Amino acid sequence: MNTSRTQRLVLAVVAWSITFVIFFPILWMFLTGFKTEAQAIADPTLFFTPTLESYAAIQSRANYFHFALNSVYVAFGSTLLALLIGIPSAYSMAFLPTKRTKGTLLWMLSTKMLPPVGVLVPIYLIFRDLGMLDTRIGLIVVYTLMNLPIVIWMLYTFFKDLPKDILEAGRMDGASTHQEILFLLIPLTLPGIASTGLLSVILSWNEAFWSLNLTSSRAAPLTAYIASFSSPEGLFWAKLSAASTMAVAPILIFGWLTQKQMVRGLTFGAVK
Amino acid sequence: MATLQLTQVAKRFDDTEVLKGIDLEVNDREFVVFVGPSGCGKSTLLRIIAGLESATSGDIVVDGERINEVGPADRGLAMVFQSYALYPHMTVEDNMGFSLRLAGVGKAQRRDKVREAARILQLEPLLDRKPKALSGGQRQRVAIGRAIVRNPSIFLFDEPLSNLDAALRVQMRIELARLHEELDATMIYVTHDQIEAMTMADKIVVLQAGEVEQVGSPMELYHHPRNRFVAGFIGSPKMNFLPVTASAADSDGVEVQLPGGGQRKVPVKGEGLSGGEPLELGIRPEHLVLDDEGPLEGRIQVLERLGGQTSLYLKMGEQLITLMADGDVEHRVHDLVRFGFEPQRAHLFDAEGLALESLQRHPLSRLVRQDSRERSENSRARPEDDA
Repeated sequence: MNTSRTQRLVLAVVAWSITFVIFFPILWMFLTGFKTEAQAIADPTLFFTPTLESYAAIQSRANYFHFALNSVYVAFGSTLLALLIGIPSAYSMAFLPTKRTKGTLLWMLSTKMLPPVGVLVPIYLIFRDLGMLDTRIGLIVVYTLMNLPIVIWMLYTFFKDLPKDILEAGRMDGASTHQEILFLLIPLTLPGIASTGLLSVILSWNEAFWSLNLTSSRAAPLTAYIASFSSPEGLFWAKLSAASTMAVAPILIFGWLTQKQMVRGLTFGAVK
Repeated sequence: MATLQLTQVAKRFDDTEVLKGIDLEVNDREFVVFVGPSGCGKSTLLRIIAGLESATSGDIVVDGERINEVGPADRGLAMVFQSYALYPHMTVEDNMGFSLRLAGVGKAQRRDKVREAARILQLEPLLDRKPKALSGGQRQRVAIGRAIVRNPSIFLFDEPLSNLDAALRVQMRIELARLHEELDATMIYVTHDQIEAMTMADKIVVLQAGEVEQVGSPMELYHHPRNRFVAGFIGSPKMNFLPVTASAADSDGVEVQLPGGGQRKVPVKGEGLSGGEPLELGIRPEHLVLDDEGPLEGRIQVLERLGGQTSLYLKMGEQLITLMADGDVEHRVHDLVRFGFEPQRAHLFDAEGLALESLQRHPLSRLVRQDSRERSENSRARPEDDA
């Protein structure tokens, strides 16, 4: 089939339109951050004199770096822990499956269908009794558990693509299970593991429900930082937008830098 | 020294019985080939010997020691996989040295051993390459090198040549035979290709549906197949089978009535056969000869001229008979031709498919590879081997 010029043009316009619709709220948030509060609630316009007023205001009210650092700790900490648990689990499911492996995988994923609010009270009480409220460790544990089903599921599909023969050759060569994982499995599925890790970082970074409910100040990550600007005095759109921009900027840059890795990982099986 | 005994080795997966009690003896420095159609259990048997799969019952004994519970790496065996199974992220040198690295062998010593194996396989210029930069044949050699480096008591090969093209396969076959001699090692080789089995084996084990059909030297299997399955499986092109009836039997052989009406006396043990009993006559395409006086007649349906030889596919009633003739035959397609055979070249099978035993053993059926036997005698006499 020969795609004509017009067809390609139409496709391009459609693609760009969809992209724009998806991207628009982020663009608007970014622009609003550079407006004054009055401009922010005035009739929408693309033309205004940008000001850093809001950024100055939010910086004087809260220590951005305190929240950002918490986000980094929690997102990367939980990802590391999830991979640490996920890799051996996915290994055994992919290479030593039993009759119940498929069922177990589905069951794990089904836990993601439960609304988190359903277990909020018990988890809150457990955390209170264990003294884990408003601690980074507490948040890391919750995020790890939250992401583990997805992490194991993704790793499982990547591991499944690795020819079993390679691991068996390793076993013949004298590799123990942990050497097999360390010297063969991990290096050979690194793109997949990396994209799984990146997804886990992004999911943890953007998580708001648990961070708002389980932290207040000491361990509060950037999501809590944004929320703190929807204050009792009312909504200040410009400041809220500026704070949001500050909160998403690191993960956006991170995602952009690792884009290649992400795409490579997500198409790992297909192009091998 | 490396011998292997299997006693009643069986394997079942859930409800399917993959191996039904295999008994086998592999002698020191022997090249044993497991051959059979796909699904016959030959690869499973090899994997059980390797320790990658556990036997449901039975004993696996290497050098007199039962190794059922020993892990794959500690059995002292090395395996070459059909897919090569090289480690794609390591160089050729690291691939070959991986087992030594795991065993904690020092860098210098590792290097020496890898170099030595690379020399044997002519891989020296490729040591720094990654597997993806190698051709199929080179990858196969690296896989073999990885096995050599481990200095195993028994080499296991799982259809190692099936991913190579025809020309390379012939070359690797020769190379493997050379390696067997140079390394003086016991080798067990799995294939579905009877040509590989015939050309390389000291001993062939024919498997079907999880059972050993026959064990013997290539010539023994070719000349004295125990049953119809082995007769059809060994030899290329395949043996022809004709329905015949026994008309008389005495100590000189069995007289049979051929489809065209002729009579022939096949020199096999057939006392006790009653007249009129249905039998099957097996005769190899290369043992059929064009003969105007011959007892059989067929019409040429296809004629393949290979130059030195001509394959004739003859329609005889409903059956298609293959006949290998000289390259210079002048017949054409659709010609009606008569043909026959020497009775001592023919085989007879009873209703169960079992062969009636030949009265005379073929002189080559006891043939073993002379050179390697002599070599092993010599090396046994060497004093350093006693140490």
